[in-house]
Amino acid sequence: MRITRVLSGALLALGPVLGLALGPAAVPAAADSTPSASPSGDSSTPTEAGTSFRTATEIDQGQTATASGSAGDYLYWSFPADSGQRPTVEATVKLPETHTTQTWQIDVYDGLRRRQACQYGAQTRTAGQGTASVELACVLRTVRAWSEPWADDPLPGTYYVRLTVLDLKAADLGLPVSTELRVDSKDIGGAAAVDGSLAKPLVPGIAVTSPKDEDEDDDSSATAVLSSIEPDDGWASGWWSDRWVWTGIGAVLAALAGIGGYTLTRGTGRPRHVPPGA
Amino acid sequence: MIRTQRLAAGVCALLAALTAGIAFPAGAVADETTATAPKVDLVLDVSGSMRTKDMDGGTRMAAAKQAFNEVLDATPENVLLGIRTLGANYPGDDQKTGCKDTAQLYPVGPLDRTEAKTAVATLSPTGWTPIGPALLKAADDLEGGTGSKRIVLISDGEDTCAPLDPCEVAREIAAKGIGLTIDTLGLVPNVKMRQQLSCIAEATGGTYTSVEHTDELTDRVNQLVDRAADPVVTPVATEGAASCAAAPALKSGLYTDREEFGQERWYKVDVEPGQELRASVSVSADRAMNPDYGVLLRAVTVHGREIVRGEAAGNGRTDVISTGLRYPKAESDEDEAPAETVCVQVTNSYSAAAGVKTTPGMPIELTVDVVDGPSPASDVASFGLGRGWWLLGVLVLFGFLAGVLWGWVSRWRVAVWRTN
Repeated sequence: MRITRVLSGALLALGPVLGLALGPAAVPAAADSTPSASPSGDSSTPTEAGTSFRTATEIDQGQTATASGSAGDYLYWSFPADSGQRPTVEATVKLPETHTTQTWQIDVYDGLRRRQACQYGAQTRTAGQGTASVELACVLRTVRAWSEPWADDPLPGTYYVRLTVLDLKAADLGLPVSTELRVDSKDIGGAAAVDGSLAKPLVPGIAVTSPKDEDEDDDSSATAVLSSIEPDDGWASGWWSDRWVWTGIGAVLAALAGIGGYTLTRGTGRPRHVPPGA
Repeated sequence: MIRTQRLAAGVCALLAALTAGIAFPAGAVADETTATAPKVDLVLDVSGSMRTKDMDGGTRMAAAKQAFNEVLDATPENVLLGIRTLGANYPGDDQKTGCKDTAQLYPVGPLDRTEAKTAVATLSPTGWTPIGPALLKAADDLEGGTGSKRIVLISDGEDTCAPLDPCEVAREIAAKGIGLTIDTLGLVPNVKMRQQLSCIAEATGGTYTSVEHTDELTDRVNQLVDRAADPVVTPVATEGAASCAAAPALKSGLYTDREEFGQERWYKVDVEPGQELRASVSVSADRAMNPDYGVLLRAVTVHGREIVRGEAAGNGRTDVISTGLRYPKAESDEDEAPAETVCVQVTNSYSAAAGVKTTPGMPIELTVDVVDGPSPASDVASFGLGRGWWLLGVLVLFGFLAGVLWGWVSRWRVAVWRTN
C-alpha cells in the first residue's frame, strides 16, 4: 500500500520529466491509494433492518446503520462491494438489562446468496448472563473482478449481512434489542487485480431492472426492485490497476539500465587501440 | 377498457353509497393505486384477560388502545389498514360460540383516522381467544391486490380453541402463496403463549416480540406498519416438476414455490450463447427443524450432465438456507446458434422430528437472472501486467544485460569496420 503510494508519487514526479504518456493515468492511482473509509455524508442513516433477503435494508459502506428488533429476529442488511475491496462488517448488539446466556452471529452472503467465509473476526460470540452488549466482526476475502464459475470467490455486487441470535433460552425470546452495523473496506489495490470481468455486477434482479430503467424512467422510483445497490461512484470498469504504474516504471528503469549498460561497454564511441588521429 | 369499466363501476358504487346515505371512505378514486398498495390487518385480542392491570400500572387493554391511537396517527398514507378483533363480543362460557367470536372492527382500506380511533375506543375486554379462526378471517380480509400483506397479531394469551392449532393455520395461510407475513406480539408473555406466537411468526417468515410496556408496544407496531409500507418485489408463484422434461420454463425474475422434505424440484431456463445464467435459491425453515440441514442447487444439461452446482450446509437456529450458481455459456462461432436449455434442480436436506407436519412443503425463493456473459480471463493478472519489486528487479537486470550486449555488439561492429 505504502509502496504503491510512494511509487505513484514518484511516477507523478517522473512522468512530465520523462514525457511519459502515463502521466494522466497516474492520477487515479494516487486517488485510489487513499483509504476509502472516509464516512460519506450520513444524511439518511438507515434506522431499520429487513427481515429477509428480499427486504434487506440497503446501506452504504462507511455508514453506521441502526435497527431495533426482538431477540430471535433475523435482521438483514445489504451493501455494495466492488473489486479490489476487502470489506469488514462490524455489528454491535445491545442486549436488554436482564437476560440469560445467548450466542449471536453475523453471516455474510454474496449477491447469489452464497455464504461468504470470514477470514478473521469474531463472527459468533456468546454473551454471558447480564452482559450489556456483544460485538461481532467479519473480515471478508478480497473482492475479485472475475472468478471461475465453479469457485465461490467474492465478486463485485450486493452483499447481504444477516444478524441473528443462534442460541437462546425461551425466556429471552422476543425481548427488545438494538443493533448497530457498519461496513468499511480496505482497498487492496493492484495486488488483487485479476484479468477478466463480469458484464454486470452480482446484483440480484439486475437482468429485470436494467432494461426497465431505459424504458420507463418516470416509473422506476415507484416499482420495487430486488436490489438497487450501487457504490457512490459507480461500479469500477476494471481496466485500471496500479499494475500499469509498476509495469510502466519497470519499463522506464529497464530502458535506463539498458542505456547504462550500453554506455558502459560501448565506451566513448571510439575503440582504445585506434589512435586519435586515424 | 378495463380502466373505463372500473371507473364506471366506481361511479356506480359512489352513487349507490350516496343514495344509501352511507359515509363512504374517500377511496373510490384511489382504486388505481390501491391494487398495489401494501395492506396491514391489525388483529387485537380483546379477551377477558386483557383486563389484567400489569402494563405500566394500567390494564393491557388500555395499553393496547393507547398504542393503537398512536399507530393510527403515524400510519403512512399509502398503507391500507384494517382492524380485526377476537373475543370482543361473546362473554359466555360456550366454547363453540366463543371460538367463532372474531369481528372486523375496521375494514382494510384507506384509513380514516378519526373513524378508526372511535371504533377502537368502544372495545372492552370480553371473551375467548380464538387466534386460529381470527387469522383465517384476517387472511380473507387481506385478499386481493398485489402489494405486500401483513397481519400484526397482538395477544395476551394462547389460543383457547384447542383442536385448531393456530400455528398450522398460519402455515396453511402462508402456503396459499399470497405472500402474507404474520408478526406477533405477546403482552406479558408466559412460556406456552411465547411458544405458540413465535411458531405462528416462524411459519410465515414474520417476527415475534415480547411486550411488557406500552411504549414498546407502540414502537413495535409502528415499526411493523412502516415495514409493510416499504415497497418489496412480489415473487411469482411457480411449481417445479419432478423431472427436467416436465419442468416449467423460467425467465429472469423472482419466483416462489414449495418443497417438501426430500423432494426434488426442477426448473428450466434458456441461456443464449454468450449469456450468463445466475440462479440463487433459499429454502425457508418455517417449522421446527433438526439442527443440521443443507440445500443443493444444480445446473444440469438436458442430457443429465452436471454443469455447475451451488451447495450450502449449516447448523443451529436459522430462518433460511440459501445458495446460488453462475453458468456463463461460451460464445458460439455459428450464427443463429440455438439457446441452450439448462435444467435447474433444487433439493434440500432439512429434516424434522417425527411429529412435525411434512405438508405443505417449505417455501422456496428462487431468483433467476440471465445477463451478458463475463469477459474471459486470458491471464491470472489484469491484462497480464506485473507488479512488485521482483518485477522491477528483473526488468532492470535484463535491461542492463541487453544494454551491455548491445554495447559489445556495436563495439565489435566498429572494430570490424575499422579493420576493413
